[in-house]
Amino acid sequence: MASNAAMKPVRRRLLQATGAMLLIASRPLRAADVALPSIPSMAAWLAGRTPRFERIKLDLPSIADNGFAVPMKITVTGPFAPGPYVKSIRLFSETNPVPDMAAFEFLQPLERVEIDSRVRLAGTQQVVAIAEMTDGKLYASVHEVIVTLAGCMDGT
Amino acid sequence: MPDARISIPPKVNRNEPFEVRVQIRHPMETGYRTDDVGKSIPRNVIRAFTCRLDGDVVFSAQLSSGIAANPYLRYFAIAQSSGEMTFEWVDDAGVRGSERVAVTVA
Amino acid sequence: MIRLLALAALLAAATCCAQERAIPLSQLRSGITFAGNDVRAMQNDDGANPGLLWVQQGETLWQTQGCSTCHGDARAAMKGVAARYPAYDATSRSVLDLDARIEQCRTTRQKAPAFGRESDELLSLAAYVAFQSRGMPYAVSIDGGARAAFDRGNAFYHERHGQMNLACTQCHDQNYGKRLLNETLSQGQPTAFPAYRLEWQGVGSLQRRIRACLFGVRAAMPAPGAPELTDVELYLAWRAQGLPLEAPGVRR
Repeated sequence: MASNAAMKPVRRRLLQATGAMLLIASRPLRAADVALPSIPSMAAWLAGRTPRFERIKLDLPSIADNGFAVPMKITVTGPFAPGPYVKSIRLFSETNPVPDMAAFEFLQPLERVEIDSRVRLAGTQQVVAIAEMTDGKLYASVHEVIVTLAGCMDGT
Repeated sequence: MPDARISIPPKVNRNEPFEVRVQIRHPMETGYRTDDVGKSIPRNVIRAFTCRLDGDVVFSAQLSSGIAANPYLRYFAIAQSSGEMTFEWVDDAGVRGSERVAVTVA
Repeated sequence: MIRLLALAALLAAATCCAQERAIPLSQLRSGITFAGNDVRAMQNDDGANPGLLWVQQGETLWQTQGCSTCHGDARAAMKGVAARYPAYDATSRSVLDLDARIEQCRTTRQKAPAFGRESDELLSLAAYVAFQSRGMPYAVSIDGGARAAFDRGNAFYHERHGQMNLACTQCHDQNYGKRLLNETLSQGQPTAFPAYRLEWQGVGSLQRRIRACLFGVRAAMPAPGAPELTDVELYLAWRAQGLPLEAPGVRR
């Protein structure tokens, strides 16, 4: 009886702490929370410019099936006409040996801007997509991808 | 010998974005792998990909080893009139590939 | 009466092992049902399935290498063929898988040099031929000349291998659906092959996949084309009876 009464407050505090942790973990990231990872070649290309974290969405799986081929989709939402339209979209990797993954250039005033491809990721990291408009405005999206090793190593 | 699969809709509407899907057979060799006797396999990736509509560049991509082997691209383009869409690419070894498809504006 | 009983016993003895299926036919599941969303999306979309690049090359080779001279249009001539392989071949008096059958045609009938196991050309041709049976159910024969190979494959599948001392059945019959690190164990069905494997960054054969599994349990890998690999292929094809072929499948 005495031991049960002594356990109760400890157990209650543990439950409260766990509940608080769960609340924090499930809070969605707000635009203010997003920050560009440190990638020197990306910083050099930005040359001091600050992109806004809106209008562009970088879609990648949270956990990749295999780092050799990770499906990627980039969407930039309009409307664009009659104003500025998307001139280019650049893709940067946080930890690949080659951080400048790709640069896509659009020479038409498109109403629908989407890029799908498959990327190679050398391990768990953040990937950044930056769209540049014809008026110079920049929009960015960051996505983290977990890349695990295969369960069975393949030596063939 | 470069091999590719290109698909665009059989008919497109004037000035309306249509989907272009490209798959190119290419190892996109990173340059970081070694063969089974330890010799480094040199990098060989498709660097530049260009898509032209009746001779004018409408889309281009600079790729790297960060793009997966047998690269896949899907993007949108617009056409004002029927014509020909051509695709060209070149890799680090200087090997060129090309394809062409007819664009039919309804 | 006694004769009937004896006959029944004889029949039961002859087919006893063939009917022992660890996974009943109604519960067979392709590896694609254990795969992640991205791999499934890649396989189900012909516009994004990289294996079709090999099928396309196979289509070209079918013409340039003279297969069409004897066989005509593959879409008619090769329909259903891959679903029957591996199969017993009377000429060589052995069980051949599809790749070996193509090579046999090449060397003995076309009098041309073999392409070589896992070569681009052979994989492309095998992918093209298997593609003609896409969606058709596996239906291999383990009777007659194939019986010995089936029995050997059955035994190999149930033997422990490698430093990890694991038998195929332990993972793929007894523990499918469970996780191995970040991956879900499949039933080990052969339906995807020749398959585009993300890990290979290209298309490879079922034999390559079996070799990779043996590497995984730290066993010595038989060389590509080794008879024990064909034996296991035949066993796997029998085990997959009724499952539709997916070539070219996509796997991680």
